[in-house]
Amino acid sequence: MKAVAHIPRTRRAVALISGGLDSMLAARVMQDQGLHVEGLNFFTGFCVEGHTHAIRNNPNRKPRRNNALWVAEQLGMPLHIVDVIEEYKSVLLRPRHGYGANLNPCLDCKTFMVGKALEWMQAHDFDFIITGEVLGQRPMSQRRDTFPVVARESGANDRLLRPLCAQLQPPTLPEREGWVDREQLYGFSGRTRKPQIALARQLGIEDYAQPAGGCCFLTDVAYSRKLRDLWQSRAKRDYDLDDIMLLKVGRHLRPKPHLKVIVARDAGETRYLRGYRKRFTYLDMTSHNGPLTLVEGERDDADVELAARIAARFGQGREAKSVSFQFVSRDGIERELQVAPFTVDEVLEDWYL
Amino acid sequence: MSTYQLDATGLLCPLPVIRTQDRVATLRQGDVLSVHCTDPGALLDIPAWCRIHGHELLSTQENEEEVLICIRVRK
Repeated sequence: MKAVAHIPRTRRAVALISGGLDSMLAARVMQDQGLHVEGLNFFTGFCVEGHTHAIRNNPNRKPRRNNALWVAEQLGMPLHIVDVIEEYKSVLLRPRHGYGANLNPCLDCKTFMVGKALEWMQAHDFDFIITGEVLGQRPMSQRRDTFPVVARESGANDRLLRPLCAQLQPPTLPEREGWVDREQLYGFSGRTRKPQIALARQLGIEDYAQPAGGCCFLTDVAYSRKLRDLWQSRAKRDYDLDDIMLLKVGRHLRPKPHLKVIVARDAGETRYLRGYRKRFTYLDMTSHNGPLTLVEGERDDADVELAARIAARFGQGREAKSVSFQFVSRDGIERELQVAPFTVDEVLEDWYL
Repeated sequence: MSTYQLDATGLLCPLPVIRTQDRVATLRQGDVLSVHCTDPGALLDIPAWCRIHGHELLSTQENEEEVLICIRVRK
């Protein structure tokens, strides 16, 4: 009886793909070692990627692509986008390791995502997880002392490989088992992007996303301030998807503790805010071109007039004596309203969130 | 082979892509899915997702209010 030759199975890695250069490089490096790689991209609701750019008008800008999809297409690998909006609430609202400079729970976030990737890996018969993390690049989740925390608390342990800085870390299971050649991995560290850019050039990757300000709104000081205001005004730390999407759109002003006004900044935002008319009282400017304004928490006519005078400031009638609005309450009652626009000085700096 | 509708209006990308991905996972080879969106970003993202996963993009239509994307499921 002839012995049957054992053909080793192609090892399978699942890559966390943000759409940026680092995760792209990590996935590509694994592909170049002959592994089968598929991408995972998690949608928390706080991702900067894609949708927020779609809301605002900018005729000069190229249509925005989703960079995670684009990376996957460039690398010829499947990408699975996973809605984690609900599950992510516990990460943001109760982070074990606290927040960074703003409301960014980066260490808990990374642990959560690697944990979700582990679930996916096990359900789809993959062997290990890769990320594009670089030692020392981020102050909270990408440190020598926090890398092991992510591996341990996610449950991935040594099935978590970071190809771009693996040579600075103890060998992981894929390296020890010879699924991956450690010699062909990298030892990048620090905040400089030069090694990644050089590697991209070496690999023939010329086009990649250049994220400005990170990929998550929670690292943004203005966004975090608006989210804190939301929680404070409701005396409750909670949110739904509409809440967190709305914080990305329009000018947000709070002229009284109970009263919030959201004024669209252009026609694209007006179009988007129209989708919220059933949830909010709103003001639609009728005498001049101007933005749609959502009003939250109004208690009386004085509040409505205050909101309208603010809204009038941001339309083409800002210098007019009077600006007219169609006012529609949350229960659908409509009436006409005329107000004198605030002057620029009357819209107090403190009102802006 | 059947034709199905998916209402992804009012959603911003990548949610229309996620809803499409999840719906397609329940369909069979050759089924057609018409996805209605209001985010014009879907015109880029859903075709890109189709290319990555090998599904056939049958048509895209856009008017002032809505985007309609038809895809044929390939498995």
